[in-house]
Amino acid sequence: MGTIQLKQITKTFENTQVIPPLDLTINDGEFVVFVGPSGCGKSTLLRLIAGLEDVSSGDIQINDKNVTHSPPSERGLAMVFQSYALYPHMTVRKNIAFPLKMAGMDQARIKEKVDSAAEVLNLTQYLDRRPGQLSGGQRQRVAIGRAIVREPRAFLFDEPLSNLDAALRVNMRREIIDLHRDLKTTMIYVTHDQVEAMTMADKIVVLNGGVIEQVGSPLELYSKPRSRFVAGFIGSPKMNFFPGKIIGNEAYEVGVRPEHLSVVHEAGDMSGIVKSAEHLGSDTYIRVEVEGADEINVRISGDAEIHYGNTVQLKVAGPIHTLDQTGLVTSN
Amino acid sequence: MSTTHSKSAAKLMLSPSVILLFLWMIVPLCMTLYFSFLRYNLLKPGTKWFGFKNYYYFVTDPSFMEAMVNTLYLVGGVIFITIVGGVLLGLLLNKDFWGRGIVRLLVIAPFFVMPTVSALVWKNMFMNPVNGLFAYAAQFFGTEPIDFFAHYPLATITGIVAWQWLPFATLILLTALQSLDQEQIEAAEMDGANAWHRFWHIIVPHLARPITVVILIETIFLLGIFAEILVTTNGGPGNESTNITYLIYRLVRLGFDAGGGAAGGIIAVILANVVAIFMMRLIGKNLDH
Ligand SMILES: Nc1ncnc2c1ncn2[C@@H]1O[C@H](COP(=O)(O)OP(=O)(O)OP(=O)(O)O)[C@@H](O)[C@H]1O
Ligand SMILES: [Mg+2]
Repeated sequence: MGTIQLKQITKTFENTQVIPPLDLTINDGEFVVFVGPSGCGKSTLLRLIAGLEDVSSGDIQINDKNVTHSPPSERGLAMVFQSYALYPHMTVRKNIAFPLKMAGMDQARIKEKVDSAAEVLNLTQYLDRRPGQLSGGQRQRVAIGRAIVREPRAFLFDEPLSNLDAALRVNMRREIIDLHRDLKTTMIYVTHDQVEAMTMADKIVVLNGGVIEQVGSPLELYSKPRSRFVAGFIGSPKMNFFPGKIIGNEAYEVGVRPEHLSVVHEAGDMSGIVKSAEHLGSDTYIRVEVEGADEINVRISGDAEIHYGNTVQLKVAGPIHTLDQTGLVTSN
Repeated sequence: MSTTHSKSAAKLMLSPSVILLFLWMIVPLCMTLYFSFLRYNLLKPGTKWFGFKNYYYFVTDPSFMEAMVNTLYLVGGVIFITIVGGVLLGLLLNKDFWGRGIVRLLVIAPFFVMPTVSALVWKNMFMNPVNGLFAYAAQFFGTEPIDFFAHYPLATITGIVAWQWLPFATLILLTALQSLDQEQIEAAEMDGANAWHRFWHIIVPHLARPITVVILIETIFLLGIFAEILVTTNGGPGNESTNITYLIYRLVRLGFDAGGGAAGGIIAVILANVVAIFMMRLIGKNLDH
């Protein structure tokens, strides 16, 4: 059981305010992802929740109890660090057992819990090794093991997969999702990778310069972004933005996702010259130079016979997001 | 870099300096060994084969056992003080506080003072029972000044030497502390470890290796402590502050017994090696992983 509420919290380092007043509620059992570009304050926010940094003002509540001034150990949260932060001189068993030992649990119970955690994480055969003798993915699992044995109210992950190679990252992502489904414990997960955010989250929190741009489910953010920032951040390839008048819309600017454009043979909404075509087999990504707009990305079917230098007609075949001068979305 | 070819070239290039260093060590050692089997008194002309008698007399001299024990106390005491003090100072200097740069400099300063000078300064300016600073302090508080060198000669010398070696230990342990991953400490904090547990379970194991290095290096140097004893107590009163090195000095320079001194020297070399091997066995496993 773990609900976390942030009420008007701020964080100032020396003279720079990294987090302006911020409110957020994280419900019990939710998988929440903080996503945003580098330096936007994701780690800082996570560390504030963990208690590793003190808030400059505002309140943090866990399960309706004010923990703003409690040390990390009293908040009942477990954290998995980007560097894993395993204890190098302890065996895997001792690493996983450490929080239990600190809690004063008896040896027999510790052994039982460590064994079952190792079982879940496929670490049984490595229990007597030291972290230095493990691969990156195995270390990651040990770090997760150390977090789950405590049965915390919530897990905090700070970019836990960024040190792994692409294939392993996809695997571990799945394992964490499964873990969440089994444990049903609240998880807060920090990443700057929007694909990770989209695939894992129940709720995504998009941060920009310490400010929450939008909170919502992956599909909400995809289909109803509130600002140009969110619209551009979520989805790959990025949403196209161009002046509304190009397609006869009176809005200052419009946004259309690459997958919501199609190439047509008759006259479309706009035309341009293909600057590049990436044939991935499943899809084809083309970059089209349209007069009056930046280059426009289009995602079309994999068998499209379109090449560099072709002139193509583009038609909008999906939702158009209109924006005003300040970068706010006015309609989706 | 490490092809067979480059390795043998490297060996060839290194050989002159290695040979020189080897000669540098082996020639005096052989001469000492040779003298240790001679009856060789600087006041009497001529030498004579003496067998193991020099060794016999050196080892059965009652001063020998005292000097042995004193040596162990001195080395052990200094190592203990410098390790404990070094860890504490290292922890302190690793924290952010106003004026840290200057404090660091001050802590390191004693290392740059020559042993003779520092011993004399301690003896004459601080510990002199009449004019020393401590005597003044004692008088100020209305107590009897302590005559350190007369009453606690070995402990006092241990203190002085520890003062000189504290910067070395602090420096090594401080750099080790700085290399400790901060996230490990934070992880331990999240895991519910209090300050003592973090120190004991995270910091101390992290320091095991540098502590081993400090102990090994200090042992090697401290077995040969001499200047501090010479300028303060001359090994006295009685034999109370005589270590092996000083005992050998006394034999040769005050007793003019070059043969006996040489035998003592060889015994000291053997002792040093025994201690070094013992230490390596005992704590050297810390250096493995
Ligand atoms: N201890 C600190 N002192 C001063 N400024 C800090 C400190 N920690 C972080 N900052 C600043 O706060 C801002 C947010 O940092 P934070 O580490 O939270 O970013 P992030 O979103 O996690 O980025 P990344 O994706 O690169 O990890 C940055 O501009 C950073 O320079
Ligand atoms: Mg970060």
